[in-house]
Amino acid sequence: MVASSHESEVATGGFYLLGLLTRVLVAFQDFLFLSGRAFANLFRRPHYYDDVALQMDIIGVGSLSIVILVGAFSGAIIALQMARALNTYGAASQVGTIVSLTLVRELGPVLTAIIVAGRNASGIASELGSMKVTEQIDAMRALGTDPVQKLVTPRLTATAVMLPCLTVIADAVGSVGAYLVSVPLLHIIPTEQYWSTFWRALVVNDLAQGLGKPFVFGMIIAMVGCHYGLRTTGGTQGVGRATTQAVVVSSIWIFVVTFFFDKIFVNLS
Amino acid sequence: MAEQPILAFRDVNLQYGDTWALRNVSLVLRPGETRIILGAAGSGKTCLLKAAIGLVHVDGGEISLFGEDVTRDRETDLFALRSRAGFVFQEGGLFDSLSVGENVEYPLLNQRLSGHQNNSGSERSIEDRVREALRFVELERTFDKFPSEISGGMRRRVGIARAIVTEPPLVLYDSPTAGLDPITANTIMALIAKERDVRNSASLIVTHRYQDGEIMDKFFYDAARQELVPLGECADTDPKRNRTRFIVMKEGQVVFFGTRLELEACDDLYVKRFVHHED
Repeated sequence: MVASSHESEVATGGFYLLGLLTRVLVAFQDFLFLSGRAFANLFRRPHYYDDVALQMDIIGVGSLSIVILVGAFSGAIIALQMARALNTYGAASQVGTIVSLTLVRELGPVLTAIIVAGRNASGIASELGSMKVTEQIDAMRALGTDPVQKLVTPRLTATAVMLPCLTVIADAVGSVGAYLVSVPLLHIIPTEQYWSTFWRALVVNDLAQGLGKPFVFGMIIAMVGCHYGLRTTGGTQGVGRATTQAVVVSSIWIFVVTFFFDKIFVNLS
Repeated sequence: MAEQPILAFRDVNLQYGDTWALRNVSLVLRPGETRIILGAAGSGKTCLLKAAIGLVHVDGGEISLFGEDVTRDRETDLFALRSRAGFVFQEGGLFDSLSVGENVEYPLLNQRLSGHQNNSGSERSIEDRVREALRFVELERTFDKFPSEISGGMRRRVGIARAIVTEPPLVLYDSPTAGLDPITANTIMALIAKERDVRNSASLIVTHRYQDGEIMDKFFYDAARQELVPLGECADTDPKRNRTRFIVMKEGQVVFFGTRLELEACDDLYVKRFVHHED
């Protein structure tokens, strides 16, 4: 009797895991189909240029202030921490190099992407989710508009273009933040030395990483936001769930992709 | 010779798990004809409407819309076809980030962008056509308002304006009077009858209210008097009266098809539930 109950529990657990795995695979398949259609629409008429411009404004200009703020402080924090650590080894003069490599290669792209994911993946998911639960997506289809063409492709284009731009701004502001800490505040290095070590540390590989990552992150953020938005069910509660999932999943993807990106570029260098 | 059908269902089936949404459904709709679809909640009425323009994909059978089989086309091939029909959603389905004017303008801009423009009325400017459609539903003054700023009944009327602005030969209405007070509901039905009689469009109307069907069957829009007038007692011979048919659905099946008089005379207990008998 006890054994039979245990077997039944194991079987139930097995079915639950199988069901969960199936749902994850189906969701990933839907994500790939949606991404495929969104990319194909880049080369198919009609093109909604107004929507692309509007999304660029919302995603790019809208995120500018927070990106500048976070960029400046992250640069300042790196300089503060590195100055102490480098001083221990008598290598304080290398602070520009460290800040440059850390910001351009990793922190600039990743922090900017995380900010944009928190702000825009959630925004995209909640906007599209609300449209889904209030039949606006069906209305769009009924009126003869492809929702992927009208809603997803412009968001994909706008995020993929704006995120590298925001990252460059974050890097620039971060380098100034680090400069302010290293030179006027801590006096560990002269101005000329800071900027010359900062620039000299960068090679093409670093710039390719610094711009390639945000381009890929932008596509991930837009597609994950749209994916969760368009599969929203269950009214306003469903919209909240989709929003949370979009932020969590896009943030996880950013870190996973960073790892593989780094693996490729480290091998290349 | 009979006119070519605008919409035809032939043995259409759709199942969700063990539940039949549509089961061997067949119907034909020609220009100027009206079909009133009655039935309990979950009987497949909205599914039928959505299947008509390929918003849901059926499991079997054939659906011909403007002569094209929508069951065989891919989603991306259906957009041009759908833009030729009007669809009024239960809650209006308006885009809440667009103003009323922009909502009504949307199908016209969409047709122009996609290159699916109708010839009719294309010589007029888009704004003229939008204002005319809003005037048709008596809501021209709401042009700059947002959907959240107008009442539920007004939203339905804007939904109707958006559906008819392209002057489609077929308009599908999903519970256009659900949740509205009787006066607003009758106003909406009067507009639907007006649209049918002014433009000779075909109408497929899902509703819970038998009175909606009665209005479509007993009245016609007199363009000279600019109001709905009764067809009168001798209207059985009037071809306009003979163009409205009632369909009653139960568990995805059509259990009744006929005229209003046949519906009122029907003995089936399920069918009788949807008929309002005047004492």
